[in-house]
Amino acid sequence: MRNGANGILDDFRLGSPETFESAFESLFHQHQRAVYGWILRIVRNSAAAEELTIESFWRIHQAHARFDPARGFEGWARRIATHAALDWLRAQRAESALSMEFCAELQAPSEADPAITAEIRSKTALAFGRLPPKLRIAATLSVIEELPQKEVAAALGISVAAVKLRVFRALRLLRKDLERQGITP
Amino acid sequence: MNAHDEDGMKNLLRQSLPPVDGDAGPERDLWPAMLRRLDVESAAPAFSGWTVFDGALLAGLVGVAVLFPASIPVFLYYL
Repeated sequence: MRNGANGILDDFRLGSPETFESAFESLFHQHQRAVYGWILRIVRNSAAAEELTIESFWRIHQAHARFDPARGFEGWARRIATHAALDWLRAQRAESALSMEFCAELQAPSEADPAITAEIRSKTALAFGRLPPKLRIAATLSVIEELPQKEVAAALGISVAAVKLRVFRALRLLRKDLERQGITP
Repeated sequence: MNAHDEDGMKNLLRQSLPPVDGDAGPERDLWPAMLRRLDVESAAPAFSGWTVFDGALLAGLVGVAVLFPASIPVFLYYL
């Protein structure tokens, strides 16, 4: 195996079966924490984030020949992880809504607005869980996690304008859902 | 929804679902689980990707081509 980060990436992409497996293990250990953290931000469930980290690295393992070193490993891995998380959200819509409610109960905001009661927070979390997963991911990363929209766009593989549109649609649908429940934000 | 409403919704969302600590790593090293996944997948029989439906569709097309040879150029055109 060649030395250095570039050597690992070359072995990962084009190496013999032995050097490829060794490079994959190095990349797994280097990036598992970042990939896990990224997925956790999207799915907000630590057990699911662990499963999806494995799933993401499995997809990375399978797609290694398509890796473009010019675009960097981290961004590529993040994009694959985002799609794995999106697939999970699509398959688990009802359950993820429940886990969102759980999160809302466990994690009170550090600077709680006294005008927003626990009941409103809980209903908002549940309504957010009912949004289409594509809109939910964009709103989670842009609004809740306050990540730069350029970063969110790169992870989702869409333009910044499309991220803005998805966030707007998510907020509008959320508002309508809450209004139907008699909550006027 | 105007800009004021949008800001209000964003605030409500942040209050309801606080950000998670994205720097937090997994509670355990996931490499052993990754190795198990790789072992399971490599032991699994290779899946051809063909379903019963695909087979039936192909059989139907072959049948049509045998019974109506004039349809072959039409199929080729749409390939």
